[in-house]
Parts: sequence; structure tokens; C-alpha cells
Amino acid sequence: MPTPRFLSPVMRPVTRLIGQGIRYASARRGGGSAFPGLVMEKIDPGFVARQLATLPRGVVVVSGTNGKTTTTKMTVQLLESQGLRVFTNRTGSNFVRGVAAALLERLDLFGRLNADIAVLELDEAHAVHFVKLFPPRYALLLNVMRDQLDRFGEIDTTRKMLARVAAATTGTVVLNREDPRIRRLAEDVRPGTDIAYYGLSEPLRERFPSDDEMRDKRPAAQAEGLPAAGVVLQSFEGTDTVLRVGGRELRTDIHLYGIYNIFNAAGALALTLEVMGDQAREEVLLEELSRVTPAFGRGESVRLGDRTLQLLLVKNPAGFRLSLASATGADYATMIAINDEYADGRDVSWLWDVDFGTLAPGGVDVVSGTRAYDMALRLEHDDVPVGAVEPELRTALRRFAEGSGDKPMRVFCTYTSMLALRRELATMTEVEEI
Amino acid sequence: MTRNERPLTILQLYPRDMNIYGDWGNVLSLSRRARRHGYAPRLVDYNPGDAFPEEVDILVGGGGQDSGQSVIQEDLHAIAPRLRRLAEDGAPMLVICGLYQLFGHDFTTVDGEVLRGIGIFDAHTVGGRERLIGNIVTESEEFGRIVGYENHSGLTTLGPDVQRLGTVVKGEGNNLEDDHEGARHRNVIGSYLHGSLLPKNPRISDFLVEAAARRRYGDFAPAEIDDSLAERAREVAAGRPR
Repeated sequence: MPTPRFLSPVMRPVTRLIGQGIRYASARRGGGSAFPGLVMEKIDPGFVARQLATLPRGVVVVSGTNGKTTTTKMTVQLLESQGLRVFTNRTGSNFVRGVAAALLERLDLFGRLNADIAVLELDEAHAVHFVKLFPPRYALLLNVMRDQLDRFGEIDTTRKMLARVAAATTGTVVLNREDPRIRRLAEDVRPGTDIAYYGLSEPLRERFPSDDEMRDKRPAAQAEGLPAAGVVLQSFEGTDTVLRVGGRELRTDIHLYGIYNIFNAAGALALTLEVMGDQAREEVLLEELSRVTPAFGRGESVRLGDRTLQLLLVKNPAGFRLSLASATGADYATMIAINDEYADGRDVSWLWDVDFGTLAPGGVDVVSGTRAYDMALRLEHDDVPVGAVEPELRTALRRFAEGSGDKPMRVFCTYTSMLALRRELATMTEVEEI
Repeated sequence: MTRNERPLTILQLYPRDMNIYGDWGNVLSLSRRARRHGYAPRLVDYNPGDAFPEEVDILVGGGGQDSGQSVIQEDLHAIAPRLRRLAEDGAPMLVICGLYQLFGHDFTTVDGEVLRGIGIFDAHTVGGRERLIGNIVTESEEFGRIVGYENHSGLTTLGPDVQRLGTVVKGEGNNLEDDHEGARHRNVIGSYLHGSLLPKNPRISDFLVEAAARRRYGDFAPAEIDDSLAERAREVAAGRPR
């Protein structure tokens, strides 16, 4: 059957109801979250743009390689703390049809969105597609790192994708000034659109390796020539975090794992301040930051008997290095699960750009996933002792839980291995529904 | 043991600008291999503008962004006479992806820009519209089965004065036309394979170490090395979807 290219306005509520019906039906049979969106995309291609145009405060696009999900979650919470009704694509279907699916879920029976602003997590390629459909009012661009290069080709290609997002944004583009590729996006912003930066203090900059230089000891960014940042992550000790906002030091507690997540909180705050302008209530924002919890698989903890198990999503060298740097290896029992399914990226070369030396004292209890042997070979090269290599994830997880002593457990895992481990954990203990 | 005192200098060419997809894995693997065979590896980084070391036993160079290739272009031509002399003298080298292309005669980009290479390989590369991406397996008489991962848009064609490194069994290799992968001239190996290449293909590491040892010391006595992990990793990688 040929797909109708456009629909008369009379037909629109019908197609929307069809979409909502499919969403309901597919949710009942546990189908994929984007399927109803796919149907809407086919029968009413203007649906997403038309719905988003009703938002009084427009659309925020969050993109970049690392930390999109947690940053989006934080941004939503911060905006909600300011009294805004926020629409977001929480389910992780971060492409246009996922947005359509999330819209269907949110619309009431009369087709009203009932939100003030949308915050959408979009990966780089889908963000380009999305901004052609609907120019966002705000963009928060986090970083460009080596991730899934087998899909996008090269980092420079990824940067160009984000340049198109920056160029399409009509209100304010918020940029991470510490990432040279992101900083340079300022050149792509159209005249009349504002630019705001967030950044790191000098001492923190040294603790934050950039992607270009595992083998190059120059700091990620040189202080001179950096643009002034509205929000600077000044320092943090454990959860005690100091942010410099407009020249004043503000203190809060942020319960997130690792410097990169806490830095992303600075980005979420910078974006929120841009959206709220004079209406921003600072003390409420700081309080809300202390309530932020990790997105699923991004450092979330579950209890397993009297021990905790933490899932740490790893998908590129910079992220893995930062995760390793955030805790001492010997304090944890450690498992690593590396899958190479499409969603993980088929290429596992990036494991060679991570230094695993910090794991040597405690060793790694279990290595798992489709590429378990690649990972074991990698660890051997850094003289890290490996307890067991068990490619099958469920067996590996049980073996890890039973045979790794009484230390808290952490599992570094790629995307699809994390999903599989979460499913297995759900049979062993309580895991938050996603 | 006196053999332990025999150093081998491994030069990493342009680690700052031509280092992507785990090129470090090759250097790490090679230096461990050299140590296992009883040599004392000495790692030297060479970046644009550095003094080129007097003695180089093995040279390893990696891939890079297109931007990286233009950054090193001028410096590469400045040291080209030394590299050519080393190559003709039998020094072993391994160049992957971006540097493999620049070790040929030239690289013509999609926009028609010509990047001159240093001509150690009789090979020409042209930029392609699509990227050749995925797991790849090739066969070589000398090294047996070679497994890795390719990700490139450049299409390389070998001339009559250079050998292929392997024949493609699965994947694309040098280009979309023939079944060649990589290049071989004397002891210089070029390849599109990363993954990283050497950890999962220890026979190539052994070849590089042996060629270096024979050139520097006139002999080589291989040690027995347990490669069972590498074997398992190779098997798995060769069986994964493209």
C-alpha cells in the first residue's frame, strides 16, 4: 500500500488515535518502544513537528557522545524544579520515531501535549535528522569522543553532525568549552543565536583526560584562549560539589559516579539557567541537583544479598578511563562484560585505548560477553589477573556474585550486555523497571 | 642473562595525530612480544618536529582522522628519505590505515585534492564515497589467517612492485574490486586492519621482532609463548557478523 504523503487536518486526530492505539497494544505485548512512532512516521510525517510547535518554551536537544542520558534526566529534573511541565523521550529511543512514540504516550485523548518545554536526547546522527524536521530553541552539546566510529565513520564526521545541530538552533547553544571540537562549534552558530559555555576549573581540567591524548600528556585544554563560562565545576570531594555560577561559588551534593557525570551536571545547570533567565530560582536548583540519581546502567546500584552491585556503562575509551579513575580497583570485586552487537558497536579496537593498569592489584574476577576473549587478551597485556572467562552473561553474573568474596561489586558493561545483565539481575533481586 | 640487555628500539610514528582505533595496542603488543623473546624494548614516540632517533629497529604507525593526515603531511615528507633508507635496509615496519595510505604514492581525496605519499609501497589510494566497515578475515601464506576490523573510505590499488599482505576471505580489504588486503615491501607491512592487529595476530609480531633482531644482532632464537587467549579471541572475532 502506498504511504500517503500528507493528511488532511480532519484525518489527523484519527491517525493520532491509531498511533495511540498501537502504542497501547504494543506496550501490552511488551513490544519495542519505537514501533508506534514508526507507524506515525509513515502515516503522518508532520506529526512530530506539529506537536512540538505547540510548546511555549520550545525544544531542547541534548547531544554528544557521552552522558546524554544522565544529562537529559538532570535537565528535566532541574526544569521541573522550576515549575515547568517537561516532555522528554525518557525511554532511550533517541531518534525521531522514538520522539513520536514518546509523544503518543504523553498526549491526552484530545491530542494535547500539556507541556511547556521538551528536552530530547538525540544521538548525533539522529539529531541532524531531527533538526531538519524541527529547529530546536536550545541545544546542549556535551562532547565528541570516539564512540561507535564504525557507525559514524570518524570523529570529524561526528563533529560536523553537531555543527548542523548548532546551526539549526534558534535561541541559545550551550557548549562544553573544555572539548576543543565542541568549543569550535561556536563558529557554526547562526547570527542572532546566543552561545553559553560551561567548563572546568584549572585543577579539575588535569583530572579530565580528553580523547585525543591517552598517549599525549598535554592537558585537554589550554587555559588561555578559553571563553568565559557561565557555570564552572570548581571542585568536588566525594559528593560535595562546588560550582561557580556567574562569579559566585555555590555548594551542593551530587550523588553521581565519576567526574564526567558531575561535569555534565554543570552543563544541565547552564542550560537550565539559559531557559529560565531571570526567573531561575537558584537555591531550588541546587537542592534539586542533590536529588539527581544516575540513569539506568549509568552507575545505578542494586542490592544482592548483603552486597551492592553497581552497573557501569562503558562505550568508548574516554568513558571507560574516567570510570576506572573514579574508584580504586582493589576496593571492589570487578566484572567486565563486552558485547559487540550493533548497538554496542561491532568494533572492539577501542579497548586498546584504555589503560587497565589500575585493575592489576585487585584483578578482574570474571570477564564476559561476546568479546570476552578480546577483553581477557587486553587485560593480559596490562598484566591484570583474570579469574574466569565466561562469554555467557547469565552464567558469568551468577559466578561473579557467588565467587567474588564480600567486597562491593561493580560491573563494567557495554550497552547490550548491560540490558542482558539487568534482565538477569531482575530475577535475582529488585531492579527498577525501565 | 645477557640477551636481556639487547635493546630493540620501537618507534611509534605520530602517536599524537595518527592514533585511532587502538593503534596503541600494536605498540603494546609488540613491545611485550619483544620482551618475551628476550629483548629489551625501548619505546620512542615521534611527533612532527621531533628529532628522528639515530637507531630505529621497528617502526609502527597508525590510522588517523583526515585532519591528522594533513597535520603530519609536511613532516612525513621531511623524514621520508630516512624512512625509505630504513625500509630498503630491511628495517621492519607496520603501518595501519592512514599511514598505510601515505606510504603509497598518493591519496586522492573525494574532493580531488591529492596528498602526496612517500612511495615506499607501489600503491595508489583514492577516497571513496562509502566506508568499508566491519570484521575482516584474510589469508596470507606467510602469516596464516589474519583477523581484524576494517574501517576506511580510501580505496587502495597495488602496483606491480608490491605484494599484497593477505587475500580477503571475509570483508572488503584494499578496495571493492580485487581481493587484496594490505601491502608488503621488503619487511614493511601496510594494512587496513585494526582491532588492534598485533594482539590477535601474534605471528606478525613475531615476524617484526625477528626481522629487527636479525638486522640488528644477526640472529634470532624464538621463545615458546602461550598464545591460547589470542587463539580464542581470533576464533571468536572471525566468526562474528561483519
